Amino acid sequence: MSAVQAKKINIVQAINMALHDAMELDSSVVVLGEDIADREGGGVFKCTAGLSTKFGTGRVKSTPIAEQAIVGAAVGGALAGLRPVAEIMLMNFTTVAMDQIVNHAAKLRFMTGGQTHVPLVIRTTTGAGFGTGGQHADYLEAWFAHTAGLKVVAPSTPADAYGLMLSCIFDDDPCIFIENLPLYFVPGEAPVPGQRVPIGKARVVQEGSDITLISYSKTLHEVIAVAKGLAKEGISAEVIDLRSISPLDMDTIIASASKTGRVVVAHEAQVDFGVGAEISARLHKELFGQLKAPVARVGAARSPVPFSKPLETAFVPTRERILAAIRETLN
Amino acid sequence: MSETKQPGRDVLLDIYRIATLIKTADDRFIELIKAGQIASPYYSPRGQELIPAAISVSLKPSDYVVTTYRGIHDQLAKGIPLKPFVAELFGRATGTCKGKGGPMHVTHVASGLPVTTGIVGAGLPIANGLAWASQLKGTDQVTVVNFGDGASNIGAFHEALNLAAVWKLPVIFVCQNNGYAEHTKYEYGTGAATIADRGLAYGIPGVEVDGNDAVAMWQAASTAIARARAGDGPTLLEANTFRFRGHLMGDDSHYIAKEEMAAAIAADPLPRFRAWLIKEGHASDGQLSDIEATNVAAFEEAVEFGLASPYPDVSELDKDVVAEGAQA
Repeated sequence: MSAVQAKKINIVQAINMALHDAMELDSSVVVLGEDIADREGGGVFKCTAGLSTKFGTGRVKSTPIAEQAIVGAAVGGALAGLRPVAEIMLMNFTTVAMDQIVNHAAKLRFMTGGQTHVPLVIRTTTGAGFGTGGQHADYLEAWFAHTAGLKVVAPSTPADAYGLMLSCIFDDDPCIFIENLPLYFVPGEAPVPGQRVPIGKARVVQEGSDITLISYSKTLHEVIAVAKGLAKEGISAEVIDLRSISPLDMDTIIASASKTGRVVVAHEAQVDFGVGAEISARLHKELFGQLKAPVARVGAARSPVPFSKPLETAFVPTRERILAAIRETLN
Repeated sequence: MSETKQPGRDVLLDIYRIATLIKTADDRFIELIKAGQIASPYYSPRGQELIPAAISVSLKPSDYVVTTYRGIHDQLAKGIPLKPFVAELFGRATGTCKGKGGPMHVTHVASGLPVTTGIVGAGLPIANGLAWASQLKGTDQVTVVNFGDGASNIGAFHEALNLAAVWKLPVIFVCQNNGYAEHTKYEYGTGAATIADRGLAYGIPGVEVDGNDAVAMWQAASTAIARARAGDGPTLLEANTFRFRGHLMGDDSHYIAKEEMAAAIAADPLPRFRAWLIKEGHASDGQLSDIEATNVAAFEEAVEFGLASPYPDVSELDKDVVAEGAQA
């Protein structure tokens, strides 16, 4: 165990480890999705590699390319006592299964008056950077966060991916688990086996006093890099990794914003009607009159994800754009 | 076919009891809505009663039934207790779903009714998941999922049939083909000659049956249920029937030719079945009247219970959204 902790692992390995550990712990944990069994290669990104060999193809099921059937089977399985983890290969493909996610997974607990609940996880990955263009790289977390009954998480490190995955699997509500494709192979501190990260708890990455920078998923790493540059200028930034989009950890956000009085929210999703807007609205309600500047938001361009490299590079919230928003907020 | 199984007298009378209970419920709901005693959207199953009645006698309490907004016949046939059932249709706190589901979404988990969906076709993929759980746990439970002919044109139908075939799931897909998808007549919305033919595309048996014939329906359903229970996989059953009271209450069926409707009502499956039971010597007129009277009395008691029940407290808006204690 200590050997595992000592080394660094990446997010693919962390997710694989979490799925493995959960399946070993509880026989009701099952996994389904396109190409996920070892016969098909253990998942296109190998997140499920080895699981079908160890736990059998009854519990680890490759599916046809049929997202409604995948999520529907996960919903039904969850209603009947399983804890399914459904892989929807890319986040844009969740659109094909929106009825099952929004009308069923999210609502059945309420619509049955609490007779049933739907403990499932939908794992899905996304993110610009690999030239996949307009239908393979969207960040759609705001859609899901807008739906009562769903929990939405987006880890940025291997340890959080592991710990949040365990929490989501053993949570009694449907969770949307957002992974980032470019981050998959970035190494980070290995998780402590069995250690869960609570849903709805943000992580203060670094403390600071001049400005609060809030982010999650891949953009968090851009924000951290920008904060390092600011430190050289003597600007002390507090960096918060939300980890969970819904529920939002407003306690951590408010505590930091109360201290700094200045907030920038950065995410790869589009700005309009997004997570940043929600945080901004809540902060202005809670701290109206105390903030030294309006809450600033940085996100993707208001366009579909483009293919051409210069466009794709400019589409995402670049360090330059994050820095510009920070400077405006500081002045 | 020469050695086709025949249902016994008890089974036939049980089918009659269930079918007439459904008709009693339907008649009474419509009366109550017309009288202004309850306000509710309502999708009548009048004309389709024999289908779930003839299926349910081959099901166990632990088997699952998934249905749709036109579902009270399926729910009553599965044995949902009358009082909380009626209270749910009335939106009362004593309802099976505390009034939060309503007439389009009545569920009762303890009766094996975990999902009733208002979304056409959405029940089929979920039924697969219920059946997958049974398969994994090694129980002999089966899942029956009901839907209309209109649902056979939506993507979820095709995805679900294919997956059920590939995974060899213990599911019975029951298409209650009443000839009309909302207002659209079958041939104007469906390319296939029969829904049953579509089973072939997925490598599963597709069986067409007269859903208004209790004996034929029982035979087809019991065969499909036995096949699923034995682990031999899914069946697509197309039960042909007719819808007497429109898509939803208030719909006057203006899009159905008068002669077509008149012929369907003249062939109303319930009086036909009643006459047949007497003619074949399975029951006397008096015995069947007793069954009907018992249904009416039991249902009236449930209506009284429902009408006397309180509405849910507005604090229920915040409950059951997520697990108790969790932040929504």
